[in-house]
Amino acid sequence: MARKLLLEKAHVEGIRHFDVYRREGGYASVEKALKMDPASIVEEVKKSGLRGRGGAGFATGLKWSFLAKPEGVPRYLVCNADESEPGTFKDRFLMEFIPHLLIEGLIVSSFALGSNSTYIYIRGEYAWIVGILEQAIAEAKQNGFLGKNILGAGFDLEIYVQRGAGAYICGEETALIESLEGKRGNPRIKPPFPAIKGLWDCPTVVNNVETLAAVVPIINMGGEEYAKIGVGRSTGTKLISACGNINKPGVYEMDMTISVEEFIYSDEYCGGIANGKKLKACIPGGSSVPILPANLLLKTAKGETRYMNYESLSDGGFASGSMMGSGGFIVLDEDQCVVRHTLTLARFYRHESCGQCSPCREGTGWMEKILQKIENGKGVSSDIDLLWDIQRKIEGNTICPLGDAAAWPVAAAIRHFRDEFEWHVNNPSLCLTQNYGLAHYADELSVVA
Amino acid sequence: MAEEIKKMKVTIDNITVEVPQGTTILQAARMIGGDVVPPAMCYYTKLQGSGGKCRTCLVEVSKGSEADPRPMPKLVASCRTGVMDGMEVKNITSPKVLDARNGVVEFLLLNHPLDCPICDQAGECHLQDLGYEHGKEATRYEFKRRTFEKHDLGPYIQLHMTRCILCYRCVYTADQVSNKRVHGILSRGDHAEIATYIEKSLDNDFIGNVIDVCPVGALTDKTFRFKNRVWFTKPVNAHRECKCCSGKVTLWQRGEEVLRVTARKDQWGEVEDWICNECRFEKKKVSDWVIEGPTHVSRHSVISQGHYEKLNRPTETFSKVHDGRKPKLLMDIHSVSEVNDPSIDLSAINGPATGKVFEQSKKQA
Repeated sequence: MARKLLLEKAHVEGIRHFDVYRREGGYASVEKALKMDPASIVEEVKKSGLRGRGGAGFATGLKWSFLAKPEGVPRYLVCNADESEPGTFKDRFLMEFIPHLLIEGLIVSSFALGSNSTYIYIRGEYAWIVGILEQAIAEAKQNGFLGKNILGAGFDLEIYVQRGAGAYICGEETALIESLEGKRGNPRIKPPFPAIKGLWDCPTVVNNVETLAAVVPIINMGGEEYAKIGVGRSTGTKLISACGNINKPGVYEMDMTISVEEFIYSDEYCGGIANGKKLKACIPGGSSVPILPANLLLKTAKGETRYMNYESLSDGGFASGSMMGSGGFIVLDEDQCVVRHTLTLARFYRHESCGQCSPCREGTGWMEKILQKIENGKGVSSDIDLLWDIQRKIEGNTICPLGDAAAWPVAAAIRHFRDEFEWHVNNPSLCLTQNYGLAHYADELSVVA
Repeated sequence: MAEEIKKMKVTIDNITVEVPQGTTILQAARMIGGDVVPPAMCYYTKLQGSGGKCRTCLVEVSKGSEADPRPMPKLVASCRTGVMDGMEVKNITSPKVLDARNGVVEFLLLNHPLDCPICDQAGECHLQDLGYEHGKEATRYEFKRRTFEKHDLGPYIQLHMTRCILCYRCVYTADQVSNKRVHGILSRGDHAEIATYIEKSLDNDFIGNVIDVCPVGALTDKTFRFKNRVWFTKPVNAHRECKCCSGKVTLWQRGEEVLRVTARKDQWGEVEDWICNECRFEKKKVSDWVIEGPTHVSRHSVISQGHYEKLNRPTETFSKVHDGRKPKLLMDIHSVSEVNDPSIDLSAINGPATGKVFEQSKKQA
């Protein structure tokens, strides 16, 4: 069902400005929250079942309740707006078109967590959004929603926007904190977790833009009411940024009850595969999650319909499933080459590895070179096994999840499209001039009208 | 009264040891010693914040603690993971760990130039030891190895970036031992490098210690460069009155000549006392130092092949050990061996000695 909570008002004219946003019912949650007890706000978020929208899908309320609260030590809330995952652009849309929603969510969350200075760490390439956010902050301040003694409730809050310098790794929460402190953006070794020792060694919560924005409807409607939206442990609505070979790329909000098939083919969402082509494969949650071939994407290995939610997408583990991730939905049609596609991703991760720990630093470059070799028609069949072995030795052995993120796409591509890799190896002259086409197991698909 | 330090029981490879709270798994393993100690390339006990980067010390935690017996889902870096009471750790008893370590060694050697024959670190290089103990015999890497633009770090320290494994030890040393750091990590990923941003020389009073902490031959002593192989030099403990450091060093001599001065290192290859640049680079005469005696070198090290240390010969005679029995000659090897005839002067043979030579000499006889 196309239920909209976050982007409901996104297309109202002038919603970027405080007056319009306020007239449309904005900042109501702040008024409500400041009368509540901070602990009960955390309780509401817990009840809502909200899960982190940045990729890992960890329960937000639980994360908040882990925050250490030692006496006399400030606590910080950091908003992770370093959205750099290829295929993911939902936060950009949210911040660009309805910036006050994020500010509102930040005020409520900061009050709940007791943070008096809150930071938005924004991706360096989102240069123009910094101005939008800063204007929104200034407007909120003029109207008494930021600054000293907000709405007379005795709560002080300043929000600062900090631009990153264009590193994907700074989206990892500890690397983000390092970068925010002005250091080199290397992930820290955990434990200690940021909830104990984060920004400037103080307890810190780092949350994704969409997660913090989702706090607004939770407070407005109540946690229990919010938990009724969606299905199972996938509560609320999720922004999906769809791209690739589809007719209608864009950011879509939905509660997590529609099927993948409906999402791709219905006119309400992606509108089907572009140019009348067939679906070959899809990465359902941003570049780092495993790619799925068409047959496994629409139906799970058990033959059940796959839905757009956390549980259904990860059904079957990595053997036959994928992940919800950050909601970057990348669709590949029959003309796309999986080897080339994997190479593009490998190149990205090689470029973005921080170089701190050896498996990721050396392994990502090695994988890229081998993929380049296979794509150029110079591969041998042992290269495929070598690739598999390299990804296996990177996964789980690194400091931060970037190593896993680099290994998973390669692993999934080999797992599901091994025949295409072998075709590249066996037909070196053909693979330079044409594509493998549809995988042989991509059956005729029924199209939802 | 001092607060009593809580003791914790930890089992590593089925050997249980009691350690104080706050000990890391690696330190606990070092207390046990022997084969259960995971190798460590980036961790340095004396440098705060070091460790966790090279991933060679990965171990499997099969039981988290007495209170929470769940195993940890991933392999953990033993140098940065504290022990819990009742923790059970698998190092060499876990095939998963050995496999992962094998992979890490391969990754570390991937872009390493393997120029050991011309590297001053050879013979005391931790990467050599690691490759020997945990590596594969051949690399599967078939691409061009990474190279870097050369940076000059001044008159004392030679940087070979291609050999670097990016352990960050030198960065932490400059931060914590010297009063100003001018070098650091530039770039990221596989093109990250140790450098000064604008060509600068490292000329702090204590910066020479980065040479000692470097586990590989990336940072070497320019005053020792290409002078000699480490295993031909003789390590001798010595000290001198120094205004700024402890003055306790190891001299590396060849004859009466002092070729190199380093800090003294413990059995894990870690510096015992930081020394200053004056002691390290300027005092290259035996008369500058008070010699204490030969440095203990591990039997396993190639440096020990010179037998600089006096051997402890057994004082008891063979017959006494054997309760008065005389040693019995079991077999005269010369009677059966073709190549071990003591009557042949090997130096008189033209070329290598083979069985044929001996057969011929027998016939001639």
